[in-house]
Amino acid sequence: MDRYLKAIPPRAWYVAAGLLLVVYPFLTNDYWIDVANFFGIYAMLGLSLNIIVGYAGLFNLGHAAFYAVGAYTTAIINTTFHVPILWLVPLSALTAAGFAYLIARPILHLRGDYLCIVTIGFGEIVRITLVNNPLGLTGGPNGVLGIGRPSLFGLIIKQPLHFYFLIWAFVLLIVLGTKRLEESRIGRAWNYIREDALAAAAMGIDVARMKLLAFVIGAALAGVAGNIYASKMAVISPDSFTFWESVVMFSIVVLGGVGSIPGILVGTFGMFVLPELFRGFSSARMLVFGAAMIAMMIFRPQGLLPSQRWRRAMVDETVGLPAAGLSKTS
Amino acid sequence: MQEFLQQVVNGLTVGSVYSLVALGYTMVYGILRLINFAHGEMFMVGSYLALSTVSVLGMGQVASGSLGGILLVFLISMTAVAGLGVLVERVAYRPLRRASRLAPIVSALGASIFLQNAIMLIYGTRFKVFPEKLIPQISWEVGGVKITLMRVVILVVSLLLMAALYTLVQKTQLGAAIRACALDHDTARLMGIDVDRIVSLVFIIGPALGAAAGVMVGMFYYQINFVIGWTYGIRAFTAAILGGIGNIPGAMLGGLILGVLETLGAGYISPGWKDAISFFLLILILIVRPTGILGERVAEKV
Amino acid sequence: MNLLEVHELTKNFGGLAAVKDLTFQIASGEIVGMIGPNGAGKTTAFNLITGIYPPDRGGVRLEERPLVGLKPHQIAVLGIARTFQTIRLFQNMTVMENVMSGQHCRTHQGVLGALLRTPKQRREEETICEEAERCLRLADLWLVRDELAKNLSYGAQRKLEIARALATKPKLLMLDEPAGGLNEKESAELMDLIKQIRQSGVTILLIEHDMSVVMNVSDRIVVLDNGEKIAEGTPREVQTNQRVIEAYLGREEDDF
Repeated sequence: MDRYLKAIPPRAWYVAAGLLLVVYPFLTNDYWIDVANFFGIYAMLGLSLNIIVGYAGLFNLGHAAFYAVGAYTTAIINTTFHVPILWLVPLSALTAAGFAYLIARPILHLRGDYLCIVTIGFGEIVRITLVNNPLGLTGGPNGVLGIGRPSLFGLIIKQPLHFYFLIWAFVLLIVLGTKRLEESRIGRAWNYIREDALAAAAMGIDVARMKLLAFVIGAALAGVAGNIYASKMAVISPDSFTFWESVVMFSIVVLGGVGSIPGILVGTFGMFVLPELFRGFSSARMLVFGAAMIAMMIFRPQGLLPSQRWRRAMVDETVGLPAAGLSKTS
Repeated sequence: MQEFLQQVVNGLTVGSVYSLVALGYTMVYGILRLINFAHGEMFMVGSYLALSTVSVLGMGQVASGSLGGILLVFLISMTAVAGLGVLVERVAYRPLRRASRLAPIVSALGASIFLQNAIMLIYGTRFKVFPEKLIPQISWEVGGVKITLMRVVILVVSLLLMAALYTLVQKTQLGAAIRACALDHDTARLMGIDVDRIVSLVFIIGPALGAAAGVMVGMFYYQINFVIGWTYGIRAFTAAILGGIGNIPGAMLGGLILGVLETLGAGYISPGWKDAISFFLLILILIVRPTGILGERVAEKV
Repeated sequence: MNLLEVHELTKNFGGLAAVKDLTFQIASGEIVGMIGPNGAGKTTAFNLITGIYPPDRGGVRLEERPLVGLKPHQIAVLGIARTFQTIRLFQNMTVMENVMSGQHCRTHQGVLGALLRTPKQRREEETICEEAERCLRLADLWLVRDELAKNLSYGAQRKLEIARALATKPKLLMLDEPAGGLNEKESAELMDLIKQIRQSGVTILLIEHDMSVVMNVSDRIVVLDNGEKIAEGTPREVQTNQRVIEAYLGREEDDF
């Protein structure tokens, strides 16, 4: 099966995916278009977290905090000053990035699992703060209501179909952007750090700075997703930004394939679209999901669609190496 | 002053529950360097099992439960959860012992989600209520501070269990084996210790203690729901970090300190921020002194 | 002129002196060997010079510039590159990508450049690849550039670490047991490589247990024992030095 899939040139994949993306909404109803819309929003979140977890290898289990900062920035400014939603995209990105900058700085030196715990802590503090509403801005447990709709060239984006194109345009932009980052000196530096931070430092890479950059950019993209989510829902509350949201995003990255953009899309599909298809068993779906997480880690730890790098590693291990006179001697 | 003392007493009660649960985190971390995210669920399952036992036995319906009955509730819950702990270790952690650090974290989260939803499916999403008459409503006043029987039970049982664990680890041969495994698996193996057995043992002791805490929380607050595993779990974990993760007396101390701080915070600052206190504390410790109060700083070899 | 000056460098670990009052200089263009029995403090000295540990006392200067207090990456930028005793490659990345890491600190394009793929950014990426190619050809690894680092043989991994360090364009290259675990043929190749590197104008400091390698390539040798320098001189002088002989004979495990 794998062999036949590989025989198809990558370009053909892109064309097919592009066509499907355009045709899809016209073949289905509003319900399924909305499923695709949420797929898109979570794909953005997965892609943004992938920069932090996948590229830089920093275990962030509090990503919902950045998503929340972006969503609330848009919601509050839009409802109080009536600034158009799409103008708030860069602002949401900026506030989320700034917030990430502040909280990430003191914790970057922490080792993997400790970082995990601290990010959980930050995520929860953000949620509790939103509930407690200390400055009277967040609307407490009820959240912010009456968030405006985005408008583009005079068209107010309200129907699922309109949102579909807006959301997927953003997804494609983010895919393109993260792909370019991945293939740049910045992306490589993140990978070096994930592989061996000390060796990376010895090569002259400012490890702390690059880790911070990963957090800031990942958070900025989560902030963008937050902006779109807020305008899509028109109402946001702290319930949308719980620890389990962070777990879902983390799982998307890990199940799809750490550091792999196609993997993130597949992971998101697995998390959102498959459960929709089996809605009849919805009560048991989280149960199955929990079991699937364990099974994945045991039987396919590299994820459903691992990055090329990891895939190569797996192939080499099973087939052996025909390389120029080099054999494994150690 | 009276109010302050009352808060301290209340804090110590909650804190001893945190301590019991924290022991499970700290022991597993000590042996496997693994954060057992599913440990909070052990506590939760323990609480639900106690509820079922109580209702099957028809305890607390007309009169309060007999001492023997209550002991039976503890015994059933602790044994079953210990079995569950061993099972989780076998299924979700043991196959990953040599995997990357990411894999066990995800697997542990998976186990946590699985257990939470299993309980939700079995018992439903609503709060479940323990019979009010289960524990006699006796209380005393000491210097203006009100102390209920259940608070005394929680404190005494917790301290007894902790003392037993401490003796086991420090004074027995089995305890020496546990300590050896915590230092170095390979060396322990060379000394003839069956490391897998010790790991299983840790996954018996930790969940059993967590279950005991779950039973007491159910009896004390009367109502439980399926998210208490997460809410108590994260606090207990904070307690373990506070005391120095991997350190058994540290977990006990950390739990008591956290319980008192939290109760005082809720009383003097605002109950809404109570939940945030443990997180603030957690972050603060990890930034300022990641080794906790009793933990030792270990130089990293380059 | 002296490239590197180490002055009274001292480091204690839990009251035990790992390195004590270590003083030596390296002139530009030299190959200096550092030897000593196991636990003599050689690797610790490396870690102190490259900023991985802060010293308790003493100083390190590269071209008169004090290095103490700088972070490892800053020291690498100033011109010291190193390899590790236990190989620390980026195991799941290709040979080429490993060597490209060296150029990170010599290039500047940021996030915007990468996102927009500006001409400047593309030119810089080309430079990175060219430089990586140069280093890989020098180390005779160009043919395996697309392999993952972890799939290379032990000897090739050692060479790859050297190539990666070279890609930072260092003034001083510090090699921690480059011949460790190599067979005779590989050791001979390594010695050639070291001499080639020196010819290209890079100064070298190496720790080595394989005496045939050290004696062959070094201009000068510094001998450590129990954290202190006990001798310094040409290979011939060191070989006949009484204290050196005692230091090595006084121990069970010796490589002399």
